[in-house]
Order: sequence, then structure tokens, then C-alpha cells
Amino acid sequence: MNSILTSKWTKVVVFSLCLVPLGMLVLRAVQGNLTANPIEFITHTTGDWTLRFLVITLAITPLRKILRLPQLIRFRRMLGLFAFFYACLHFSTWIGLDKFFDWREMWKDVQKRRFITVGFTGFVLMIPLAITSTAGWIRRLGGKRWQMLHRAIYFSAIAGVIHYYWLVKSDVRKPLQYAAMVGVLLAWRLGSWIYDRGQRVAAGAPHAEITTAESA
Amino acid sequence: MLVKRSPELTYRDVTPKGAYANRRNFLLGLLATTGAVAGWKKFSYLVSGPGTGSVPVRLNGVVKGPYNTDEKQTSFNDVTHYNNYYEFGTDKGEPAENAKNFVTTPWSVSVEGEVTKPRKFTMDEILKLAPLEERIYRHRCVEGWSIVVPWIGYSLSTLMKLVEPTSKAQFVAFESFYEPKQMPLGVSAGIELPYVEGLRMDEAMNPLTLLCVGMYGATLPNQDGAPVRMVIPWKYGFKSAKSLVKIRFVQNQPPTTWNIANAHEYGFYSNVNPNVDHPRWSQAKERRIGEFLRRPTLMFNGYGEQVASMYNGMDLKKYY
Repeated sequence: MNSILTSKWTKVVVFSLCLVPLGMLVLRAVQGNLTANPIEFITHTTGDWTLRFLVITLAITPLRKILRLPQLIRFRRMLGLFAFFYACLHFSTWIGLDKFFDWREMWKDVQKRRFITVGFTGFVLMIPLAITSTAGWIRRLGGKRWQMLHRAIYFSAIAGVIHYYWLVKSDVRKPLQYAAMVGVLLAWRLGSWIYDRGQRVAAGAPHAEITTAESA
Repeated sequence: MLVKRSPELTYRDVTPKGAYANRRNFLLGLLATTGAVAGWKKFSYLVSGPGTGSVPVRLNGVVKGPYNTDEKQTSFNDVTHYNNYYEFGTDKGEPAENAKNFVTTPWSVSVEGEVTKPRKFTMDEILKLAPLEERIYRHRCVEGWSIVVPWIGYSLSTLMKLVEPTSKAQFVAFESFYEPKQMPLGVSAGIELPYVEGLRMDEAMNPLTLLCVGMYGATLPNQDGAPVRMVIPWKYGFKSAKSLVKIRFVQNQPPTTWNIANAHEYGFYSNVNPNVDHPRWSQAKERRIGEFLRRPTLMFNGYGEQVASMYNGMDLKKYY
């Protein structure tokens, strides 16, 4: 298992898999199969995949600890960047296709429509994370500060779920599914933080906190 | 090596008469079996419910109606594969799939309440109450998209006159069919069912208000509200209740489904109004299905000439 996870080919495979949703969308577009309301369909599909990639990214740390597969960390940055990639597609669909570069109207929406405000906030929060996702930036910021900054993804994920929840008319099942997943993943972090703290206190070394960029 | 010699035909090989007859019996048997299978199908239909729903049938003798728009009609495929019918799923592609087996025969509509002559109309009677007219209307969804549909039907007022509403009748409530067995997704739709919508008496009597039995030259497809629905073109689409089973004349404003679900967002009137936004999105523009750019939404969906006078002196921001 470890040799599979550490193989450079696995990264290539995961990268390609992450592009499948986009490929499917392009295929449907070529086939003229984007439903009667293509812009809405593209918006919803890219939005859905943004949330899915956020959930997958947030699942990496719990999974590698529970399954004792530390190598999973190799994929976290890529998955996080794909969440940002689909968020960019989602956002640019809104700008270019839905609102057709009507900046005045969009700014009005961002201020006035709370589901857009919260979605926009979640997206903006992801920008610094994408920029500082390189090894160079981890070095420049230092592991601890880098990690603090990258905890912003928690708020992005929460904002994404609220964005979806506030958008639907009455059937809240799907947004609630995302809420449950994000909730469990964040609760696990809280739980393990409390547990670690307890361990440290018991060991009498409350300040011996070892943080690396990889344990966020 | 085994050589199989073909046997020579002898008199014994001539098919005996009994077998002739048997062949006929066999054919009869075949017929009987077919009948039995058909019978079984009918029987199992009665036991386990329907296997197939209704399919649109061409409507004959449809005349051109008033108020038609000459805007480009939305394609039949889009109107039947992109629509809301929450009893059959909340995704707009779902009703087409999930309403396939919806059984709409036999069907009747009960007209009751504050009327002198309450009455149950069978679907056959409804189809023959008045000449069927084609009405090409704009249809604007509260979600911000719109379509142009050649509906078939006649003014609701035709039916109303037959039952003679009393002076107590101030409002009309329209109730849709709901049966969880046929509509299992209705449970998770997030709205109270059966679906109920309503109009004020004068709105119901307005000649634009259509009792609709078909579209695109044929009876209504299941997912679009078969076999009979309302079409109220100057109001948001959700006011036009589908698959009607009851029309009730009442004294007070009836509670209506979306208003119950969220009164803040969906008013009783819900007239198409570009100046009054939905709390979560603007209603100033709409996306006409098949077009790329949004187009401006018209006051009363462009039917102001026929309906604006009914709302004289009313604050439409308050009565949204």
C-alpha cells in the first residue's frame, strides 16, 4: 500500500481523476447535453465539485491518522488546489456566463444576497491558501504560521455549505449532506485536539507542541 | 464413420389428421396464452399498481385562442425535461423520469365549496365543456427562468359559471393530486402536500386564467401536470397548480403551499414583478430557456393590459 501511495504514478492518476468532472462537463457540452438551462447546469456542477473537493481535502488528515497512512499527505495540496480550481470555474461561470460581466449588478448581489455574500467570502478565503500552497511559501511563513493560515479552509468549507443551504428553495437534503460531512471532519479535528491536549497535560509538557505544516 | 441416411418418406410419415387439428389447437392455445398473459398483466396491474402511465394523445379540433404571443416557442423537449413538479423530485430533470408511470385515468375534478351546483367533472366532461383553444403564453418561474408554451384549454370562468359560485365565494383554492405511493419523493420535497394554490375570485374569472388540458397539440405529459392543470400567465409559475383534483370556492384567502413553506419569500399574489425582488435574488431579469443573455422581466409578465386593473390601489411591494 505504501509503495502504491509513494509511487509518482499515483499522483498522475489522482491528478487525472480530479479532471474527470471537468472532462464530463466538456463532453456533455460537446454533445449538447447540458440540459435546457446550460448555464445553471454548469454553475451547479462546478459548485458541487468545489464542495466535494473541499470535503475530500478535509478528509485527508483524519484518514491518514485513522488508517495510519501518512503518505496520503502527498495528495492533500493537489486536492485542495483542485477545490480552488473548481471554485474558480464556478465563480467565473457566474461572472462570464450568468451575469455576463455586469460588474455593477454582481457587486450589488455580493452585498445584498446573503447566499452570494457567503459564497464569495468562502471563495476569497481560498485565494491566499492557493497562493501559499508551495513549499517556498511554507518555508517563508514558517510551518506554524503557514498552518494557522491554512486553517482558513475550515471557514471556506463552512461558507460553501451555507452558500448551498441558503440557495435551495425547500429541499435541503443535499446541503445537509455536505453539512454533515464537513461537520464530522471538523468535529474529528476538535476531538483529536482535545485529546492531544489532554495527553500533553498528562505528560506534564503543555508547551511541547510540535507542529509541522503537515499536521493541519 | 457414421453415415446418417435420410429416411424415405412413406405413407406413415403423412401428418395424421389428429395432428392437423392439434396444430389448430396449438394456435388456439397460443391465442389463449396471449390472452392469459394479457389478463395476468391486467391482474398484476390491479394487484401491484400500474406498469405504464399515460402518453400524450393528439387533441383534435383545437382553435386558436386569444392573447397569443408570437414570441419563439420553447422546444417541447425543454418544456418536458426542465420543469418543477416537486411531487416527482426537486431537480428539474427528475419529473420527466419519475412521472413516467403516473396513472391519470380515470380522473375527475371535484368542484365544491361556496357554489350552488357542486359537481364532479370527469376528464371526458372537462375536455368537452368548451371548444379547446391554443393559448401561447409566456411562463415565468420564480427562480428566474422563463419559457413560451402553446397551452391548450379554455378560460376557467367557463367551468366556474356552470357551478354558480355564491356571493360568499371570495377565493378559489386549487388542490393537486397527491398519493405517496405514486409520488414517493413527495415526502422529501420540503413542502406540505397535497399542493394547494389559490386565486382571488376576480383573478380566477379573468379570461387569461386557463384551465389547461394540453400543450403542443396534445394532452399534457405527466411531468407537466397531466391531465388537467391551471395556467396563470401573469403570476410566477408555482401559482399554476398541476394535476388538479379539487377546485374549492371559499370565503377566506386559502393557505397556499409555498406561502406556508416560506411566507417571507412567496406571497399569496406572486404576480410577476421585476420591481419586487425575491429576498434571495433579483427578479429584474430572467433567462429565457434557449437564450444566452438574460432579458428584462416584464411587469405582470407582459399581461398588464389584461390584469393590472385588478390591482389598482394595491401596494404590490406589500402584497407580493
